[in-house]
Amino acid sequence: MKPAVLTGEHYMTGDEACAEGALAAGCLFFGGYPITPATEVAERMSARLPGVGGTYIQMEDEIAAMAAVVGASCAGVKSMTATSGPGFSLMMENIGLAVCTETPCVVVNVQRAGPSTGLPTMGAQGDMMQARWGSHGHYDIIALAPSSAQEIFYQSILAFNLSETYRTPVLIMTDEVVGHMSERVIIPDAKEIKLMSRPTPKVGKERFKPFAPAENGVAPMANAGEGYKIHVTGLTHDEKGYPVMTVDAQVSMMERIMNKFAKNLKHILRTESHRIEDAEIVVVSYGVSARTALAAVEDARERGIRAGLLRLITVWPFPSEMICSLAARVKGFVTVEQNLGQIHLEVQRAAAGKAPAYLAGHAGGSLISPEQVLDVIEHGF
Amino acid sequence: MNPKDQNKYEEPNMVDTPLHHPLDDLLRTDRIPHIWCPGCGIGTAFSACLQAMRTSGLDLEKTVMVSGIGCSGRGAGYVKLDSYHTTHGRAIPFATGMKLANPDLNVVVFSGDGDLFAIGGNHFIHAARRNMALTVVCVNNFTYGMTGGQVAATTPYQAKTTTTPRGNHEAPFNLPLLAYASGATLIARWTILHARDLTECLKQALQHSGFSFVEILSPCPVNYGRRNRQSALDMLKMFQDKCIIQNNASPADLEMDFAKRIVLGKFVHVQRPTCIETYDKTCRLADFSKGKAA
Repeated sequence: MKPAVLTGEHYMTGDEACAEGALAAGCLFFGGYPITPATEVAERMSARLPGVGGTYIQMEDEIAAMAAVVGASCAGVKSMTATSGPGFSLMMENIGLAVCTETPCVVVNVQRAGPSTGLPTMGAQGDMMQARWGSHGHYDIIALAPSSAQEIFYQSILAFNLSETYRTPVLIMTDEVVGHMSERVIIPDAKEIKLMSRPTPKVGKERFKPFAPAENGVAPMANAGEGYKIHVTGLTHDEKGYPVMTVDAQVSMMERIMNKFAKNLKHILRTESHRIEDAEIVVVSYGVSARTALAAVEDARERGIRAGLLRLITVWPFPSEMICSLAARVKGFVTVEQNLGQIHLEVQRAAAGKAPAYLAGHAGGSLISPEQVLDVIEHGF
Repeated sequence: MNPKDQNKYEEPNMVDTPLHHPLDDLLRTDRIPHIWCPGCGIGTAFSACLQAMRTSGLDLEKTVMVSGIGCSGRGAGYVKLDSYHTTHGRAIPFATGMKLANPDLNVVVFSGDGDLFAIGGNHFIHAARRNMALTVVCVNNFTYGMTGGQVAATTPYQAKTTTTPRGNHEAPFNLPLLAYASGATLIARWTILHARDLTECLKQALQHSGFSFVEILSPCPVNYGRRNRQSALDMLKMFQDKCIIQNNASPADLEMDFAKRIVLGKFVHVQRPTCIETYDKTCRLADFSKGKAA
């Protein structure tokens, strides 16, 4: 029987590395539904979970898969699902439930080109705004973007750690290319992997309030069956978890949910910079497109253009302040992404007119070439 | 004091009068009054369910109520157990995840006909097919009560609702037949008038190891009865006059005919391995049954 952490050197796809990262993070429940190009995550989990004491279930659709994930997490088990665009759309309903009930869970979107059924076997990054705003109502969310099979392994662990720490759904916004590409993946010793679990109640069962935040803004969580007799609802609720249909309750619930992110932004936000210190042109990218962007930055440097790369590891929350302060000193930004301008709009917004921001985008289905990016870097400014 | 005020009706002093309900220990009394309308049958169905829980012998600390959206979906909000009020139609898949994650939990889904059989119909049939160990209690009031009385998948033929002002032209589901065809292993139908039979049946449903389904017919005088010239009492009278108890009746013969007869009883009670049992047997090696992982 294989252990949860497959320590060693492997050659595996991004989808498989995603599953292995989740297992290393202690995931014990996967609610699945087949969809290209995310199916391999479900396949790997279906084979691996029963051997580590976990459970895989293939649900009747992605709505059910997501509902089951939220239910499993409420029962105290680290839970996840993986899907692609059409399934991601169906999951939005219960991602919203997880946001409102502050239930930790991880959702992987192996993006393919859309809209609608689109190009099932070809990659894109067209769901980045859906990741941010896809479920109704106002909320904050964490979305990670891995660039390689190795990185998706670590981001799966990170996703569970963030989701448990802050009681929030965490999205891993990968894509078909990273998902299906085979690369070297090194899995460390289990003892080198730092795991986080949801904060547990600190007061007695009678006094416990399931939505009363601790100092860091996150409320300790009781799981079903622990004797706390909690009530959890997707209706607007107070700290006791009871529905309260008033404006005041709505305002204070929203404050509480948003505060978790505002108070902990510096612990959540993650970026990686390459040659940015002296850069005049900052290329902003994430996920597989950041590999193209890196090549373009190196090419630009060879041509004497001082370019640098800002790679977003958390696309959401977005590093607005960082872009804003860069905007004060750089010539401009180029955003590289496999859509026709989503994070590009965020860069523009954060740059606030202090520096121009251009897009090197693609409709989806094909990677962007470094030449295309270089062309924007050379002629855009 | 104004002499007029002296004639005013005075509210009895509620503060000094302790009001107890025999099920208070299972109720979130700090959430009472509830939202259910006068004449509604959900309260009776709900108390039958709580009474059954109490007498079932289940460990109530390990018993969870999951509801969807709608009038009956508010059940989870009033029970003093771990309780989850989920999204519309999704109580069953939510409960499925919960049960699989912790098989020690007793998971009861308490919801309405619109929630479980229109928007949630797909989830119902698949949970029944899997013989997922859940107790599904459906209060069937023949309409969408919460939104003001629209046509449902259970609304009788020709009944008037706000979205069928000239009468419902569609056929309603025969819910026990649907449950039977899907693979449910305990199937029953009662009305809120048959509170004792209902409570006893719910107790058996809670103790049943597989997927159990209890349909509870209930009046919705405010949003259904009103448009069909039927008070709550009229419907109860109809339950009294037209219902016959026929245990083990064939699910195919359970279509409701309000003018002639409605068959009640426990129709199916069989044993079949549950989803968790078949998963453990098929997918796990001997030493890796739930909770024994290294």
